[in-house]
Amino acid sequence: MGEDKPCSRMNPTHREALELPSRNPTADGNAGHNPDWTRSRGEANPAPPAGGAIRPRSAHARRYNTSPLLRSLKTACSLRGGSPAMFAELNELLNASPQRPETGKFTLLRDTRTDGSFLVHHFLSFYLRAGCKVCFVALLQSFSHYNIIAQKLGVSLTAAEERGQLVFLEGLKSCLDLWFGEQEEQSGKPSPLQFISKSTSDLKALFDFVQVSLTPASSDSWKGPVLLVDDLSVLLSLGATPVAVLDFIHYCRVVVCSQLKGNIVVLVHSNEDSEDEENELVVNSLCHHSDLILWVEGLATGFCKDVHGQIKITRRVSLELTGEQDVVQIYQYKIQDKNVTFFARGLSAAVL
Amino acid sequence: MAAAAGGAARGRGATSFQRKAAAGSRLATVAGTRPSVRHGQLLLSSGLPSLDCVLGGGIAVGTLLLIEEDKYGFYSSLLFKYFLAEGVVCGHDLFVASAKEHPDSILKELPAPLLDEQRNELGEEATAVKSEDFQDSMKIAWRYQNLPKMEASPTTSTKFGHYYDLSKTMSPELFQPIKWHSFYLPEELSLQPTVKTRSMNSAYGRLLLSIQRIISQEGFDGSDPQKKQKNILRIGIQSLGSLLWGDDICCSDTPEDIHSLTKFLYVLRGLLRKSLSACVITIPAHLIENKAIMERVTNLSDTVVGLESFIGSERETNPLYKDYHGLVHVRRIPQLNSLICDVSDMKDLAFRLKRKLFTIEDPRMDFIRSQAGEIF
Repeated sequence: MGEDKPCSRMNPTHREALELPSRNPTADGNAGHNPDWTRSRGEANPAPPAGGAIRPRSAHARRYNTSPLLRSLKTACSLRGGSPAMFAELNELLNASPQRPETGKFTLLRDTRTDGSFLVHHFLSFYLRAGCKVCFVALLQSFSHYNIIAQKLGVSLTAAEERGQLVFLEGLKSCLDLWFGEQEEQSGKPSPLQFISKSTSDLKALFDFVQVSLTPASSDSWKGPVLLVDDLSVLLSLGATPVAVLDFIHYCRVVVCSQLKGNIVVLVHSNEDSEDEENELVVNSLCHHSDLILWVEGLATGFCKDVHGQIKITRRVSLELTGEQDVVQIYQYKIQDKNVTFFARGLSAAVL
Repeated sequence: MAAAAGGAARGRGATSFQRKAAAGSRLATVAGTRPSVRHGQLLLSSGLPSLDCVLGGGIAVGTLLLIEEDKYGFYSSLLFKYFLAEGVVCGHDLFVASAKEHPDSILKELPAPLLDEQRNELGEEATAVKSEDFQDSMKIAWRYQNLPKMEASPTTSTKFGHYYDLSKTMSPELFQPIKWHSFYLPEELSLQPTVKTRSMNSAYGRLLLSIQRIISQEGFDGSDPQKKQKNILRIGIQSLGSLLWGDDICCSDTPEDIHSLTKFLYVLRGLLRKSLSACVITIPAHLIENKAIMERVTNLSDTVVGLESFIGSERETNPLYKDYHGLVHVRRIPQLNSLICDVSDMKDLAFRLKRKLFTIEDPRMDFIRSQAGEIF
């Protein structure tokens, strides 16, 4: 079960192409959870490191694993039976599973020339499924936007909020209360976004909010805390200096990742020829500190109906100082109504 | 149909606007709107049916459409007037803000809507320009036979979206029942010389206060459950960011306060999301020297459309563009309540201004059709 075939370290495209396409119908039924597969991997690898390299897949796991090639051709069948839970293919690519969420990880989501917010929805529903306590700083869209999409992915944000699993900071609403509600400001708690109207440009109030929301109360039984930010570039537009933003992230990492053993997922925008130097500074700095970078780019040749873009997954193994290089994988993806399919470059369903 | 109705009922809540009087009607009861098939959100017409096609059906309620002005601001002010004229015809409330012209004079110059008989005349005039063999199958360019045609000529009658005659102005009778509010900056400055606005350009601060006051007083944010007849507020802001608003981003590479405009847009976004309103802003993007600001502004807006006119540029002599007056760049399409960001197939669009009509079309298709017509 733990045998290490030589072809497991090959280029992922070649590896998938060589695998036998055996599909086990029971594994297919619940696309999001595959207990046999994860259990077998757990036995083979007792202590997965935080920044996980590509592990050799056991023969048992390979039988249940279906190549993305075929999956992209049969997406209609894979959605039958059970609610679609987050993006199952992305979980496979990241070797992640809701049963065993990793701890102490900083994931950076980056998009260029396209919209990477589908990844935010994925991680939100992933961590809620995993039973973690989530603090979601949603700066750009309203609560109902996220709720409607999360329901398509099988998670209810209102229910999660009611049972105390989700702390949702709706940036737009909070900003309106701050801007137009003069009396409430003195009486109530300080607004987490108070840096917008005050002259101080540090994000301490926002950090205090995050810390208070994620510090576990004695009655909590959730697994590790998770901070999700959508998106960080908006803070720069609202008057925060890049140093303040980086300080905020640093403080959050200390509290959430190191002390509370949780995870952080942050979305930023970047452009290649961007003239927004402050944004580029923040993005580059965060890239150096992240354990996992998911970089979503629109195709350089323009818009295509069948391939919406390309995702580059970088596992920062070099941060573990074992002398290994970062592992980079590139896939292309297509977004559908409730799911996102990933496939090797040049092998979209439209081409095959 | 049931799915669309369910989607519409859910989609209206997407502006986090809780409709208290939800009894009875589930579909859109507000005049001049229709639910989107794609994401169930209520859509408004922008006043220009070909622009509605480009935007995926129309402007969604609760969103912001940013129009990057062309060099002399001529065509963007036409789009601005179309938006307001559509509001008059549909019976929506209007809020017009400008620092340049008094809103009264803007509203006096709205184009007149076309009635049915006049629409047929205009339709003939429009199609006479193009080749007559539209309906016949193409012999050479047969691959392009099935591409969707843009609605450029008013031959089909639509209840959503109207056509306007630019050579005539709207008659005052149409305007009588409309409730409209205006914000003219020099007037506001003289009425209230000092207003406390924190950490934002004072003109923008005043404008925000004014918009928020109208929204809450008139009950567009659902604060007045007694009001049975829901209506939409169309907000139009002209030339935001120009020097007349007291902001120097258009004349200096290192402006004094680069965050005012983006903060304004963020607070406005919050106001729009929680009310039954839609906003169109024209911005002189070509004048803003610090491109970082335009990038941030684009990220904070839902839909961004840029106009580039050929006046004075070398493209005027390009044979591909000989019938057109400028290009339309769609820079951003909103992603609302769904994972998919539906980008229109046609990305290279051009506009032309005929004597009475302003249309947005795909120039390549017309070029191909005209070339095919010439061969035979």
